[in-house]
Amino acid sequence: MNTIYLDNNATTKIAPEAFDEMTPYLTDLYGNPSSMHTFGGSLHNKIEEARERVAALIGAQLDEIIFTSCGTESDNTALMSAVESYPQKRHIITTRVEHPAVFNFAKHLARKGFRVTFIPVDNFGRLDMDAFSKALDDDVVVVSVMYANNESGVIFPIEEIGEILKERKIIFHTDAVQAVGKLPIDVKKLPVDMLSLSGHKIHAPKGIGALYLRRGTRFYPYIIGGHQENGRRAGTENIASIIGLGKACELAAKNIKKEVAYLSVLRDKLEKRLMELCPDVRVNGDRENRLPNTTNMSFEYVEGEAILLRSNEYGICASSGSACTSGSLEPSRVLRAMGVPFTAIHGSIRFSLSRYNTEEEIDTVIEIMPKIIKQLRELSPFGKEKIKK
Amino acid sequence: MWDYTKKVKELFLKPKNVGEIKNPDAVGEVGSMICGDALRLTLKIDRETNKIRDAKFQTFGCASAIASSSALTELIKGKTLDEALKITNQDIAEYLGGLPKEKMHCSVMGREALEDAIVNFRGEKKPEAEEKIVCECFEVSEEKIRKVAIENHLTTVEEITNYTKAGGGCGSCVPAIEAILRDIWFVKPITEKPTTPKKLTNLQKIALIQDVIEKEIRPRLQADGGDIELIDIEGNKVVIGLRGMCVGCLMGDVTVKGIEDKLKELVSEDITVEVG
Repeated sequence: MNTIYLDNNATTKIAPEAFDEMTPYLTDLYGNPSSMHTFGGSLHNKIEEARERVAALIGAQLDEIIFTSCGTESDNTALMSAVESYPQKRHIITTRVEHPAVFNFAKHLARKGFRVTFIPVDNFGRLDMDAFSKALDDDVVVVSVMYANNESGVIFPIEEIGEILKERKIIFHTDAVQAVGKLPIDVKKLPVDMLSLSGHKIHAPKGIGALYLRRGTRFYPYIIGGHQENGRRAGTENIASIIGLGKACELAAKNIKKEVAYLSVLRDKLEKRLMELCPDVRVNGDRENRLPNTTNMSFEYVEGEAILLRSNEYGICASSGSACTSGSLEPSRVLRAMGVPFTAIHGSIRFSLSRYNTEEEIDTVIEIMPKIIKQLRELSPFGKEKIKK
Repeated sequence: MWDYTKKVKELFLKPKNVGEIKNPDAVGEVGSMICGDALRLTLKIDRETNKIRDAKFQTFGCASAIASSSALTELIKGKTLDEALKITNQDIAEYLGGLPKEKMHCSVMGREALEDAIVNFRGEKKPEAEEKIVCECFEVSEEKIRKVAIENHLTTVEEITNYTKAGGGCGSCVPAIEAILRDIWFVKPITEKPTTPKKLTNLQKIALIQDVIEKEIRPRLQADGGDIELIDIEGNKVVIGLRGMCVGCLMGDVTVKGIEDKLKELVSEDITVEVG
């Protein structure tokens, strides 16, 4: 059975080109770039080459890229750096739909005595800009708003928020882990001070990320030790993964326009056909303004884990906001914040595509998924009368 | 990913006894779509012998909920009602070769549906108003918590959550569950209730309310990113403002009720709480 992997917002396959460039540095070329000998020291050039490639993808300068161990570290570092740099300010603004890497870190800071405002979203998952404007005051130390949401795919008005904050000289961080490589991003035009990205969401390996830090932004390191990354992130460099991330960024930059078009055609076909073939289904989130690879659909009267495990029998991989898949008993915080009814959250499925998905795969899902939904609805005590109509 | 047994997978992928018996002798219903799982059980009962001749189920829920429902129907077919009532949630879990501990509530749901059906058949249905709901998020009664705790020898809140879901939502009922467990297993309460004089002066009352909010209520709200502001005290009416994550929170009403209960417990029975 072939795997049909439609869970690319969770993680992605390493691009074969990136893998090939990495492997020598996991075997023969194992040196430490900080060494004085050529065997280790020459690896420094490889890191700088990777840094150039990452910088090029988002239009940054070389010295604005700091390699980290993951997206979460980038997010934690950004928030911590801001609050350490401006110790007199005690108010943090973020959103109710952030990734846990920001959301739970903000809650952690709230327990330490910071005031945290979580901006709500509307029923389409769009940020409440009035609430945002009202929350702003002179005590704000940092605003952290994700570029695009991992569950709904909805894109936030980062440029608009950035302009407001630039005027007020407030540090602005965006978690762009889901957006980098899926949307064209140019920090020369985008008014953000810090931006997080992650390797394994863009066909690089797990365990590598980066933080963009605009020149002139105050910075305080989160991981303290050696002089690596200009003293901004200690720890011996994960050289193979840095090279992998560099190559993945180069590939993304080269193909981004083509890929955006390709992914949205496939995603739209999947969404449209499933809506035609399954009654009582809804799409969660703003369909006009979202990532080209993501759709979040709710199938009423059935539960997400059951859908996923039956899909699993056909090799189809997706994810769900249902309580049963979350490890806790509460369903998705993001979908709840969007006001999606509980009944629909339990039956929510997120499909997220990548460049490696084919139209044949999408056709297979279109053929199998309605059967699974129909079977599970026959099992369900709900919705019988409505579906018969 | 859950570590399901072969039997769970088998009964989830090819469940037995799916559907609805036409003109059933007994119907048992538990759960709701909002809670995330629900089971409707229909039985055909031989009135001469009191034997369950047929059982069918319809389930909304995850793989283990569907497998537990199917297991239940397999277990009860051919049994008399009295025999069937002896089946415990452990029997259902055992039939399935075990369930992940977080999924034990699925087996409890099966057992509950059976009880509901038999109670309905015998016309013993109790009025619902008698039930005291402990967990508002998942509508779990004290009676159910006690029963499941005793039957399964559960001693921690985590176990109660795994078996009944109670405490797995907003978490505000956790102290109540702890109290029930202490009561069942005869463990002395760790913290003594502060003894309050019967008649408080207005000044004493205000000071006590402030103290309870500061020490008991605020830390819990802050743990969830929320906060509370004391706006005014008029006689026994306490006016508060909810801040941070509490604003627009779905559990807002539950939170206010929880605050009121706490103040009633620690200050005075007559306290009412309003959001200003």
